[in-house]
Amino acid sequence: MAKLKYYQAFNRALREEMVRDEDVIVMGEDVGESGGIFAQTRGLHAEFGGTRVRDTPIAENGFVSAAVGAAMTGLRPVVEIGFEDFLTCCMDPLVNQAAKLRYMLGGQVSVPLTVYTFGSGGVNAGPQHSQSLGAWFAQVPGLKVVTPSTPRDVLGLFKSAIRDDNPVLCLFAKRLIGSSGEVPEDGADFTLPIGRSEVRREGGDITIVGVSTMVRAALSAAESLAEDNGIEAEVIDVMSLSPLDSDTIIASVKRTGQLCIVHEAHAPCGIGAEIIARVVEQAHGALKAAPLRITPPFAPSPFAPVLEKAYLPNAARIADEIRALLA
Amino acid sequence: MSKLDQQTVLAMHRTMCRIRYFEEAASAKYKEGDLPGFIHLSIGQEACAVGVCSTLEPSDYITSTHRGHGHCLAKGGDAKLMMAELFAKQAGYSQGRGGSMHIADVSVGMLGANGIVGQSMPLGVGAALTAQVKESGAVAVAFFGEGASGAGVAHEAMNMASLWRLPLVFFCEANRYAELSPYETHVPVANVADRAPAYDMPGVTIDGGDVLAVHETMREAVARARGGQGPSLIEAKTYRWHGHYEGDPQVYKPEGETEAEKKGDPILRVEAVLKERFGVAEAALTAAHAEEKAAIADAVTFAEQAPDPTPDGLTANVYAEMGGV
Repeated sequence: MAKLKYYQAFNRALREEMVRDEDVIVMGEDVGESGGIFAQTRGLHAEFGGTRVRDTPIAENGFVSAAVGAAMTGLRPVVEIGFEDFLTCCMDPLVNQAAKLRYMLGGQVSVPLTVYTFGSGGVNAGPQHSQSLGAWFAQVPGLKVVTPSTPRDVLGLFKSAIRDDNPVLCLFAKRLIGSSGEVPEDGADFTLPIGRSEVRREGGDITIVGVSTMVRAALSAAESLAEDNGIEAEVIDVMSLSPLDSDTIIASVKRTGQLCIVHEAHAPCGIGAEIIARVVEQAHGALKAAPLRITPPFAPSPFAPVLEKAYLPNAARIADEIRALLA
Repeated sequence: MSKLDQQTVLAMHRTMCRIRYFEEAASAKYKEGDLPGFIHLSIGQEACAVGVCSTLEPSDYITSTHRGHGHCLAKGGDAKLMMAELFAKQAGYSQGRGGSMHIADVSVGMLGANGIVGQSMPLGVGAALTAQVKESGAVAVAFFGEGASGAGVAHEAMNMASLWRLPLVFFCEANRYAELSPYETHVPVANVADRAPAYDMPGVTIDGGDVLAVHETMREAVARARGGQGPSLIEAKTYRWHGHYEGDPQVYKPEGETEAEKKGDPILRVEAVLKERFGVAEAALTAAHAEEKAAIADAVTFAEQAPDPTPDGLTANVYAEMGGV
């Protein structure tokens, strides 16, 4: 195993896929010579040139739509939307075009488009640069949505997204960009299947499902619950919001009888609500108590560090709420 | 004009007739209640679709608007499969999943009509980008209307196409009405093409009822695009004989305007050229009309007799079967 930071795993995944398939191109604001604000595309312009690594004007609607047109005609575009909040500026090409063209045209085309972006909060970026909007896109047939939380998952899921013949939205987390983790060695050509969750920690007392940044918080909470209270939590990283792997979650809930979901997105109509719905639909008898959702309050993400700290769920809050639930 | 030979003009005339009869049949069947949903017809605009597509190879791309039947036929689409799609039948181009507003034949480079006004332009940028990256030699044409010229993506698309010197032609069919409102409601300048200098691309406004003029102007723009000299903007002034949608009472049109425009029927205009310049006999033109009319009647019969789609295929083609991994 090698050790990489989250953004380095991203860079390696993209580079490997560009070497593997010359139809893969990268486009977006500042993806070229500058290498991006997180150094995520550093070196790619020098290696592959401006035809395949293309800076765009600040025109999300236009360049995502252009990428859809390119994907329909034989390229495999990988498109950066720097901050997840700006997905709102390209809803039409994602929702009305990319997601539906194959269906609308009776299977005449596929749209092998990857759109990646950096979301989540915790870096004091304020209301327009801190959102987690994945559930919106999980409601759209034709799209896939992944939320990798570790460098290994970034590597494996991003490579799978680029190879997928469908439009895939990769939601990365700004807060995790500098985090490190083990990844398979160079040359391993490591991919992970889209639509599968993984158990990160085994335990028999409660199932905690975490999304993106909240997987780490859940793991940390699980350690303190074990140490302080003898509660063994099972922690699942959801990894893909669409398709959603409810089987892994339901199997765990059948063992533990308790369910807690933690995400940075707001609670109403969120992925937590969907998970609870599926558990209730398919295994309602397994639940010993009402499930728990831990999310920010229904308000935009605040700028002030002291407020954002109170706003985002964290390990202490998760542990406290679970203690109360199981008391 | 001298470059055009008789065969080419006859072929253009024939395709214009095909579009006219297709649209008239669709209109009639819609009135009878046989076609579900909405349809947007291009009667009166045939010279645009045909003048443009007569300059393209099958490997070239077009992206189209919600008013796309003529574009699809002109690019080589099959009237039977199109009509079956309008009739919402399984035999249609999209097995009844898309309908009139998404009519497409990707095998001939027609990437689809589109229900979102303006998106034909950046989608066309994408097709041209593929041609450039793959060095395929193909060009793309993005059809749009003057209404779309006010959308943000129109600017974004023209800006990108020019920055990247893409092999693309933006072809504006300025048909005087965008949805239910006249040109002046949407566009503050006399000509959409007047905006071309802002993108450092050639722009020209032409008579969209003159199929020969459309063809000649397009030939230059296509040669420029194929030669790596970048995009062009062509605006064809034309006229939509019918409403925005079938059933539109068209209260916004001045009385007598449509009747006056019909006197400049683009099909009659090309017929005058064929007779006067090329000495084509009236009988040959009458025969072309009869054959195209019969072919469309066959398409209607085919569509009427085709089976409905069945609900067991409701989720087909939502996702592509996974290749790759």
